[in-house]
Amino acid sequence: MNKKISEFVAFSIFRLFGIIVVGILCSILGFIIYNGIKVINWEFLTTFPKEGMTSGGIFPAIVGTCYLIIGSMLFAFPLGVMSAIYTNEYGGQSWIVRLIRMMTNNLASIPSIVFGLFGMALFVNKLKFGDSILAGSLTLGLLALPLIIRTTEEALKAVPDAYRSGSLALGATKLQTIFRVVLPAALPNIFTGLILSIGRVSGETAPILFTVAAYFLPKLPSGIFDQAMTLPYHLYVLATSGTDLEASRPMAYGTAFVLIVIVLIMNLIASFLRRRLERK
Amino acid sequence: MIEAKNINFYYGSFHALKNISMQIKANTVTAFIGPSGCGKSTFLRLFNRMNDLIEHTRLEGICSVNGRNIYDKSVNVDELRKKVGMVFQKPNPFPKSIFENVAYGLRVNHIGDKKYIAQRVEESLKSAALWDEVKDKLHQSAFQLSGGQQQRLCIARTLAIEPSVILMDEPASALDPISTSKIEELIHELKSKYTIVIVTHNMQQAARVSDTTGFFMLGELIEYSDTKKMFLNPEKEQTQNYITGKFG
Repeated sequence: MNKKISEFVAFSIFRLFGIIVVGILCSILGFIIYNGIKVINWEFLTTFPKEGMTSGGIFPAIVGTCYLIIGSMLFAFPLGVMSAIYTNEYGGQSWIVRLIRMMTNNLASIPSIVFGLFGMALFVNKLKFGDSILAGSLTLGLLALPLIIRTTEEALKAVPDAYRSGSLALGATKLQTIFRVVLPAALPNIFTGLILSIGRVSGETAPILFTVAAYFLPKLPSGIFDQAMTLPYHLYVLATSGTDLEASRPMAYGTAFVLIVIVLIMNLIASFLRRRLERK
Repeated sequence: MIEAKNINFYYGSFHALKNISMQIKANTVTAFIGPSGCGKSTFLRLFNRMNDLIEHTRLEGICSVNGRNIYDKSVNVDELRKKVGMVFQKPNPFPKSIFENVAYGLRVNHIGDKKYIAQRVEESLKSAALWDEVKDKLHQSAFQLSGGQQQRLCIARTLAIEPSVILMDEPASALDPISTSKIEELIHELKSKYTIVIVTHNMQQAARVSDTTGFFMLGELIEYSDTKKMFLNPEKEQTQNYITGKFG
């Protein structure tokens, strides 16, 4: 009897903590949705900020964030996937593979503000890209690189070795084996990694602070050497340094709402793609 | 014809094959039997150089297929594996359609002629006694086939590239008895065109399908002779003990 009670108590405690976690998440989401949804309308999504950011919309910030997502992934995705192919398919247990793994893990634990500082020093100043979409994309790409490498490595590891030996035994070269059997089989998981890193990248503020983000721009960027407004930085601006903070607060919640929706959509696409590709 | 001369093979410092010499005649079925860890699979994998994929291994001796030393520096391993096909213990079809599984070996050989590929796929599936079961669903996933069908698909996949030798590493050990007997029938039929070497745990199977049998123990080839003779009247006591089930 005593045992049963202690089992029940332990079970209840674990469940309670589980519910607390869900509760915290729901209250954050609920708070943002409740405060943010009031300002969401077509105008908010498609126009520029007006009257010292107390009205109008956040269109340029949405566009800027999309550019940065595309730019950073164009850089980080091929680089990350290729280095994961190297470490998992070619490297074996050599010292260079161990070095790459160690560096990747270290890279993943660097605070994002340090990426921002490094991006500013290298891309903005040294390479003279200036505050630009290019510099911001590269900086964000560096941030996403460890995540992409690790998820791709996991995806490749999940491909059974029997596929590899089966292909090699048919006279396929290693390269053919990788491109025709291993990568297609790993694709669902690689995509999941890609989309998770897009979610990560779209919300980062620190790395873009010194490399691309603009307080306000009257025009959309016209090339990769232009600055851009972005959602996370715009949120920061609205919350801390607008002309009338009280009046711009609803806009801040609206921006947070849009940002969360973008990340949620990305995660939904990830799980959808994964399920579809896995079924094939 | 396959010839191995004074083969010694090491995994790191472990001496896995000890001074093995053997000749295998063309268009025969040769079975390798012996207790687990005796080296029979390792020996089999020498002939298509699958052991190359394992790190820290070392080979001494000469191993030739059709008169050519396959470990010579001038040998292209991918070309060798087109001549010496392999069927694995667990059916390992690719996550592709039935058709694409069989066409795979042709495609990686840069054969693009669609008509020829379709013809080879059909011929190979027929030779593997699978055609009638799959001809209406060639473009469905290979994973929906049963284990035995998957294994015959893997055999068809190997036949498609027209090897001269087929190595089978316990090809029926993961299959039910009916699928197993289908594979054995198939081996009988394939013998006229291919040289087949099969590793098996199942002594009845070795007795049923093979012309010649090699008995391995602790990395040594204990006895190598005509299958009938080996099972009726083995020369060595160890062989006798093994095939009568005194150990295994």
